[in-house]
Amino acid sequence: MPQQIHHHTFDNGLTLLAERMDHVRSASLNFLVPAGCVYDPENEIGLASVLSEMITRGAGDRDSRALSLALDNLGVDRDESVGQLHQRFWGATLASNIPAALEIYADILRRPRLPKEELDPVRALALQDLQALEDDHKAMVMVELRRRHWPLPLGRDRRGTPATLKRITPASVRKHYERSFGPRGMIVSVAGKIDWPALRDQVERLFGDWQGAGAPELKLKKAINGRGHVEKETAQTQIAIAYPSVPFGHPDYYAAQGAVQVLSGGMGSRLFTEVREKRNLCYAVWASYQTFKDRACVLAYAGTTNDRAQQTLDVTLVELKRLAEGVTDEEVERVRAGLKSSVIMQEESTSARAGALASDWYYLGRVRPIEEIQAAIDGLSAAQIVAYVKKNPPRDMTVVTLGPAALKSKAE
Amino acid sequence: MKFHHHRLANGLNIIGEISPSARSTALGFFVRTGARDEVSQVSGVSHFLEHMVFKGTPRRTALDVNCDFDRIGANYNAFTSEENTVFYAAVLPEYVPQAVDILADILRPSLRGEDFEGEKKVILEEIAMYEDQPMWCAYDHAKKAYFADHPLGNSVLGSVASVQALTREQMQAYFDRRYVGPNITVAAAGNFDWRGLLKLIDKHCGNWPSGKAPRKGVRPAAGRDSFQVVPKDKVQQEHVFLISPAPAADAPLRHAADVLAMILGDDTDSRMHWALVDPGLADSADVSFHDYEGTGSFFTSLSCAPEQTQKNLSILRGLFRQVQADGVSAEELAQAKSKVLSRVVRASERPMGRMQALGMSWTYLGKYRSMDDELKAFEAVTLKKIREVLDRHPFAEMATLALGPLKKLRKPR
Repeated sequence: MPQQIHHHTFDNGLTLLAERMDHVRSASLNFLVPAGCVYDPENEIGLASVLSEMITRGAGDRDSRALSLALDNLGVDRDESVGQLHQRFWGATLASNIPAALEIYADILRRPRLPKEELDPVRALALQDLQALEDDHKAMVMVELRRRHWPLPLGRDRRGTPATLKRITPASVRKHYERSFGPRGMIVSVAGKIDWPALRDQVERLFGDWQGAGAPELKLKKAINGRGHVEKETAQTQIAIAYPSVPFGHPDYYAAQGAVQVLSGGMGSRLFTEVREKRNLCYAVWASYQTFKDRACVLAYAGTTNDRAQQTLDVTLVELKRLAEGVTDEEVERVRAGLKSSVIMQEESTSARAGALASDWYYLGRVRPIEEIQAAIDGLSAAQIVAYVKKNPPRDMTVVTLGPAALKSKAE
Repeated sequence: MKFHHHRLANGLNIIGEISPSARSTALGFFVRTGARDEVSQVSGVSHFLEHMVFKGTPRRTALDVNCDFDRIGANYNAFTSEENTVFYAAVLPEYVPQAVDILADILRPSLRGEDFEGEKKVILEEIAMYEDQPMWCAYDHAKKAYFADHPLGNSVLGSVASVQALTREQMQAYFDRRYVGPNITVAAAGNFDWRGLLKLIDKHCGNWPSGKAPRKGVRPAAGRDSFQVVPKDKVQQEHVFLISPAPAADAPLRHAADVLAMILGDDTDSRMHWALVDPGLADSADVSFHDYEGTGSFFTSLSCAPEQTQKNLSILRGLFRQVQADGVSAEELAQAKSKVLSRVVRASERPMGRMQALGMSWTYLGKYRSMDDELKAFEAVTLKKIREVLDRHPFAEMATLALGPLKKLRKPR
């Protein structure tokens, strides 16, 4: 059965994407709103996170409880999250309940009540979120890595600080909502057992008359990069590394992805084999790829007991650099198999597909058919990956550690 | 959906549910063994053995095992709990023969001395990793406080000392006793050919030894009423666990218990959400139902600012008292059911989700339960059944454990 993908961009700039999946009973909704934390005013960082929590506390005719109850009665499992560039609203339930859920999401996005009295509890939660980060060392090292690696505000932490959170007022939440929520640049994606004509008509009725500008242009500062250390009494030292890669949509994108997979695709990949299996230095070690429209990076992570941290960092850096010396056909064959099966298995998950539709559209302005992705994966070769790594070797690295003592930087 | 079952001569059970429209096939080897089956001298051996299974056989080195899985694009892993050790892989249907070849082969591991010493270091790293996670430490301490000398209080990871002291021979002896045919269930879900699978399993597992692997100490947990504070000055938030009795894995009341946990402490619209998280008093508060062989428990967890903890404990106490006295409302029950319906349907859409459900159901009940059986069982939960759960397993005797910056707390009245 060929993929059934649909698209419509309305006059006001809102894009609707859908994939009909005949073999499931459920469907997932995904709203990508260009209102991430990078747009928070400098003195009120945390505003997007506060807004994302406030926005579900009453909308349209329903107060906070009634709204939550209405979604639960439809069996909607849901999540709201704030990224660097977008706020994301996700919900999944039986396909037959999707039209009713859409009506409620239209209220949330267009007619939130943002009640004054909810700000204090929401702020208290935001302060605890900040506090809880201190108990999550892995998340904390990644926050510090992003802050150093990306030019601000791209590297900003969405949580803000106690000082910026304290400045937020009910009026500033309302103002930020009005400034940053609108149809322009917003992507709605739905995957599952849906009826396309009815879905399109419903979205047009619910959102077609919405007007508003898109996200403002971002002014980026210079990145800090280099070495960072967060001192903390811990059993393990956390190590995080970032270096530039090419963004999604770049002609070398698949080769860049292939390189990351050689490093960290499966348990037979380089980092797991060299750092964990051969040297038994850690339990967790991996590399992954992160992208914006115009820039991207490879992120690498390892966590290890303090007295073995230096060796773990050294070995990891050696492995990252060694990639340029060659990749075997065997390794590429494994990478192709892993990517191929994850693309096919994605077709079993409505939420994975709803997410993929939206991200393809955001980065590429189109949805890649599965055949296109498969052809690109089949075309990956060792020569292509090595050529890519030689052209883009690990350099301009940001290395951040968290633990009782900083590590030496000899290997970079 | 078609279900099949077959038992090999050595007692190994094979079960499968076929879904022709699935894009993948999920396979799992469920070994009915875990921390509760360990004596204290070998604490942590089940989990350590799970790691060693990936370290190779006479036919494969550790690197071969990983590369062979990667070569077929498998999505594979394993986990160990108090009662089960499960090895699984999801693959595209054309790779089922290779997946069975690898999984069946590694379940007869060589346990080579050199690999054993190397992997011990990885296990010690894993223990150190969890030591840095306060919520997990609180869980482990609370479990010990509640279960006390009941085998379910055994730690899955073991301790640094117990893992360091473990020998290869002790592990081999444990393996020989526990990894026998009748103690293993192979579960498959998704797109595959039943006859073909049966032949493969018979070929690879037919010669595995049979034998008895009885589980000792299957009994209800006494459940201690205790109150404990573990001060950790480097931790920022206070992390609290409360454990109380609940129905066992084979109890007819288990679905009602699940629904009750959801009404009390689901992450949306539950009583604890509205009383603690929504007003910003705690960053998380939830209840989950854990069912085991012979017993069960409700785990309530709370994470909040230290200065708020005393007040939050009183709020929790009030919520437990209230539900114990008045039960739940018809609206709450209806709402929980609509959540369950959607969650069960969605989890079943992926072969990996169905395989886990099939394997667990066979391990605990010795029978097949379709998705519709599960949905019907949840549909049949009534206010009366929830009352019965509360009467039989009251929220009265609880083990409470707080870990974080606080040095002391008062037990709420």
